[in-house]
Amino acid sequence: MAKYDVDSEKLKRLEDYIDSIEQKEGALIGVLYKAQEIFGYLPKDVQLFIARKLKIPAAKVFGVTTFYSYFTMEPRGKHVINVCMGTACFVKGADKVLEELRKQLNITEGNMSPDGMFTVDSLRCVGACGLAPVVMVDGKVYGRVKVEDVKAILDEYREGGSTQ
Amino acid sequence: MINVTINDIKLKVPEGTTILDAAKMANINIPTLCHLNLHDIKMVNRTASCRVCLVEVEGRRNLAPACATECFEGMVIKTNTKRAIRARRTMVELLLSDHPTDCLVCEKNGNCDLQKIAADLGIRQIRFEGEQSTYEKDSSSGALYRNPDKCIMCRRCETMCNEVQTCSVYSAVDRGFETVVGPAFNLPMLDTQCTFCGQCVSVCPTAALTEVSYVQDVWNALHDPDKYVIVQTAPAIRVALGEEFGLKPGTIVTGKMVAALRRLGFKKVFDTDFAADVTIVEESKEFIDRLNGKGRLPILTSCCPSWVKFIEHQFPELLDIPSTCKSPHMMFGAIAKTYFAEKFNIPADKIVVVSVMPCIAKKYEIQREELKSDGVENVDYVITTREFAKMIREAGIDFTKLPDEDFDNPLGESTGASVIFGTTGGVIEAALRTAYEWVTGETLQDVEFHGVRGFEDGLKEATVKLKDMELKIGVAHGLGNARRLLEDIRDGKRFYHAIEIMACPGGCIDGGGQPYHHGNLEIVKARMNAIYEEDRRKPIRKSHENPAVIKLYQEYLGEYGGHKAHKILHTHYTPRETI
Ligand code: SF4
Ligand code: SF4
Ligand code: SF4
Ligand code: FES
Repeated sequence: MAKYDVDSEKLKRLEDYIDSIEQKEGALIGVLYKAQEIFGYLPKDVQLFIARKLKIPAAKVFGVTTFYSYFTMEPRGKHVINVCMGTACFVKGADKVLEELRKQLNITEGNMSPDGMFTVDSLRCVGACGLAPVVMVDGKVYGRVKVEDVKAILDEYREGGSTQ
Repeated sequence: MINVTINDIKLKVPEGTTILDAAKMANINIPTLCHLNLHDIKMVNRTASCRVCLVEVEGRRNLAPACATECFEGMVIKTNTKRAIRARRTMVELLLSDHPTDCLVCEKNGNCDLQKIAADLGIRQIRFEGEQSTYEKDSSSGALYRNPDKCIMCRRCETMCNEVQTCSVYSAVDRGFETVVGPAFNLPMLDTQCTFCGQCVSVCPTAALTEVSYVQDVWNALHDPDKYVIVQTAPAIRVALGEEFGLKPGTIVTGKMVAALRRLGFKKVFDTDFAADVTIVEESKEFIDRLNGKGRLPILTSCCPSWVKFIEHQFPELLDIPSTCKSPHMMFGAIAKTYFAEKFNIPADKIVVVSVMPCIAKKYEIQREELKSDGVENVDYVITTREFAKMIREAGIDFTKLPDEDFDNPLGESTGASVIFGTTGGVIEAALRTAYEWVTGETLQDVEFHGVRGFEDGLKEATVKLKDMELKIGVAHGLGNARRLLEDIRDGKRFYHAIEIMACPGGCIDGGGQPYHHGNLEIVKARMNAIYEEDRRKPIRKSHENPAVIKLYQEYLGEYGGHKAHKILHTHYTPRETI
């Protein structure tokens, strides 16, 4: 009777995974890990599904999810882009770079591109002011980024090269 | 047995005894805060999170939390050294540094364990200035009020809800300074599987968990000249209210309670017990029908809204076994706004029904859609025993000096059978008194069924002979016990003809809205004894002999379990999910 507002194909994969576990007791953390791998994050309905499937209280699942910083309840793209918004970067046009990133990735709401490939966030000063404006993709640093560079940077991460 | 020395007193204690319990045996008091031992219902909160019980143990570098440290052979303990006392103070000061200091306007003022310990330890200033954590407050249910700002992370609520009630609504959420005890996904309580039994409220040491109060709404109604405000009181109030005014637990204050309600300005002071008698005749009729093959056995009593919500969430596949009877105070509301309104020629929309209940779940219950008539609530406000006591104090009534007065008629007449509704075992005993006579056609000589009574056993069983039939009766109090019983019924492991379930351990006498017992369950037992005492005092002890009830059916409802009775007095249930 329960309805879960998430991708049913992914949910099926999670269900199969849980069904394959013999020792269900103490399996919660492993299951959450797997679920995050499948969904990219742990929305409420995925946690509820896990709770009911493992027969443990939803409050407990939520407690564990919020305890470990590894788990996230917000969707995250495959690649995480951080734009430094420290004063130096800002003065050198970081806001325009950010705007361009969002435009090219079709992000209108939230931080994730609709195809789930990228999450774009801003950071406070990362301490690399000499390179301003700074953009980081999955931890790799790009310095003195201009609006014109954005496409090339994104292309590096797009699978099979450029698609748009 | 092992030997220990506490503050130079030598004593022998059983192995496994904590320092705290050993100290008690030596009449030494160690302050505690998070610790709570409700032995009778098998709940011990052992989180040892507050550290206000620190003591010195010879040969040990660190101070030991007395509540969670077991004695060992030859242990030498000092509870009142300079170091221990200072450490305890520091722990309380640390708690206070992240706690609002608005005691003067706090609902727990005068009843708060944190406030008491700060006073006991003579804290006069808070040395640490900390960042205060603030969280969203929640009154979504209209029943239970959460104010996490006042939470001291003792986790008593979590222990109560997980272990005794098995509802597992709470968990520690987040980490570090942000940690809070709360429901899944920070949902409003209304959207969780909480049953609003209020047992977490009963054990919360601070005002982090309390009830949503309707005192002001009731005052407003009482002062509104266009309203006709009537009140009903549950059976468990009269044996507990006295405690709020310094009377010994178990004092029966029925007469003074009625007098107080009149002085507060209620037009009529009625008794939920009247409606409990109606419940019994309806439920007995339903029971006998089911015994005769019309419907499924066992029949489960349905007087407790918390238990109803529990079965809806946890056993949706069993929703055909609870009786369809509304709870007594809902029956009362429905009767008041129909029969009473017509009989006394008062427009139903002018009548305001206030229920004084030992219960928090009933605040939630009155909002349930299926219990409204044309969108209007049959009971307008529910206030707890505690809120009622506040109103008495606020009105400047000297409660203990009040004369004894009687309930108004006709909805104030009741029997001994309805009084015992307030305790575990009482509803089923009342039903047996009626069902026995209706089935056998004989007069029941001894109306007391001792097999279903008592506090210590969470699950009780009894067999009652009805003519040539052996009726198997089950009684559960506390939702964890109810869960065990229902699992066995679902799995076909046990069979009963009739079952009574109450959510609160001990029944409504230990409801979430009763005067705080601060961990002393002897108080609850005294209330139980008083309930049975009140039953013995009643001239009529069987519901179907209540003359006012007989008249209600003659004048208005018609047959027991008939069409009109069904429309006004019965309800239905909704399957819900676990969350
Ligand atoms: S809400 Fe009350 S009982 Fe629960 S952890 Fe906080 S202070 Fe303790
Ligand atoms: S009211 Fe009862 S069910 Fe709800 S959280 Fe408190 S103890 Fe649990
Ligand atoms: S046992 Fe009584 S007080 Fe407790 S929730 Fe049920 S009806 Fe309310
Ligand atoms: S009472 Fe012992 S740690 Fe809280």
